[in-house]
Amino acid sequence: MNVFDFLFRNRAEVLALTLEHLALVAAAMLIAVALGIPLGILVTRQQALRRWVLGIANIFQTVPSLALFGFLIPVPLLGGIGGRTAIVALVLYALLPIIRNTYVGISGVDPAVVEAARGMGMTDRQLLWQVEIPLALGVILAGIRVATVTSVGVATIAAAIGAGGLGTYIFRGLSMVNNQIILAGAIPAALLALLADFSLGWAERRLRVPR
Amino acid sequence: MDNGVIQCHRVSYRLGDGRALVSDLSFTVGRGETLVLLGRSGSGKTTTLKLINRLLEPTAGEVWVEGRATTAWDPIRLRRRIGYVIQEVGLMPHLTVEENVGLVPRLEGWEPERVRTRVRELLNLMGLDPSEFARRWPHQLSGGQRQRVGVARALAADPPVLLLDEPFGALDPVTRAELQREFRRLQEQLQKTVVFVTHDVREALLLGTRIALVADGRLVAVHSPEEFLRAQEPEVAAFVSALRGWQEKITF
Repeated sequence: MNVFDFLFRNRAEVLALTLEHLALVAAAMLIAVALGIPLGILVTRQQALRRWVLGIANIFQTVPSLALFGFLIPVPLLGGIGGRTAIVALVLYALLPIIRNTYVGISGVDPAVVEAARGMGMTDRQLLWQVEIPLALGVILAGIRVATVTSVGVATIAAAIGAGGLGTYIFRGLSMVNNQIILAGAIPAALLALLADFSLGWAERRLRVPR
Repeated sequence: MDNGVIQCHRVSYRLGDGRALVSDLSFTVGRGETLVLLGRSGSGKTTTLKLINRLLEPTAGEVWVEGRATTAWDPIRLRRRIGYVIQEVGLMPHLTVEENVGLVPRLEGWEPERVRTRVRELLNLMGLDPSEFARRWPHQLSGGQRQRVGVARALAADPPVLLLDEPFGALDPVTRAELQREFRRLQEQLQKTVVFVTHDVREALLLGTRIALVADGRLVAVHSPEEFLRAQEPEVAAFVSALRGWQEKITF
């Protein structure tokens, strides 16, 4: 039986798993953006915190993903079996590129522009919202894009801790030693990643400021 | 202390490591006057400007603007009363020319219609046809046009004080001369209180009502342009002889 027959025959289940996958990634990305951008801004203001924040985010990223899911299971509140744990793991993975790009984007704003803005009497808040964030948006979005594409891939491992998603097929295929079933999970996941990459890449180009 | 819009009283500015960028500087700028701070690179001219709009605070002494120490002003209110032009211009690359010029009025909460009228008036004043330039982006302008927009932006909310930090330094000589002439015309018309930083003696003589020579963060002398050419201080003479060298070559 070929993969496409399999996908077609199980289309209801494929769709459900794809949506589940998307939901995991979307929830994780919303939380990661909500945490990562403010943290990125914070470290442009408090240089002393920078090494700590980026260092910790870096450590999360170096933990092998399967191990990270495993470590989280016994953690109270955040851990356990299921979707919540998976989302926490995905957030921890996504934080580094978002924090780093927010920091890089804002500190990359032309110092002359910042000096002019301060000199004309912008408050810190106005400087941030009217100058720094708009000018850093392209770079911030590039970070979100990298994080999203990675999350789509990492989320396949979520099935290992019972969070569902397209990884369900991959793990089933592995245990049945059936490549067709592995591909039935891997192909839609790859397509999702491409779609995320393409659409965020498009948004990023639209928001880049011409120089 | 009301006979000067800007007064520096024995102002010093030291870095954390103790290095002094400005030492014991005192001068007064009267209303409608253009004081040129002349000096070589690294002499503390830019630091002095930043002490006036409180981008920096003096480590000793006081700077007074309109009868109040800068440290007693709310820095935001102070800066909105001071137009600031820098060599790199610093136009917001994500805003059009119109939005750039209207920035301070918008921050000040002007009605959109009033902002629009004011922007048009200023672009005309700076010799930029609003119908052609208002919608352009900064990257679509030449260096000279950018600096015109920079000056228009500094003038937008009609501040009584104007600080200019080598505003024409990055322009080609022809454009620079053109903008210098226009600045003179503008200053005759607007009578702002101006502090103008440059390292170019000719520019200083052309634009200043008085010239303050700064060297190593200290004030060497303050002269009118006429006095400056005859002054005896060796630092002044060095600048004047730089000028003479240039004159001799073309008169022979």
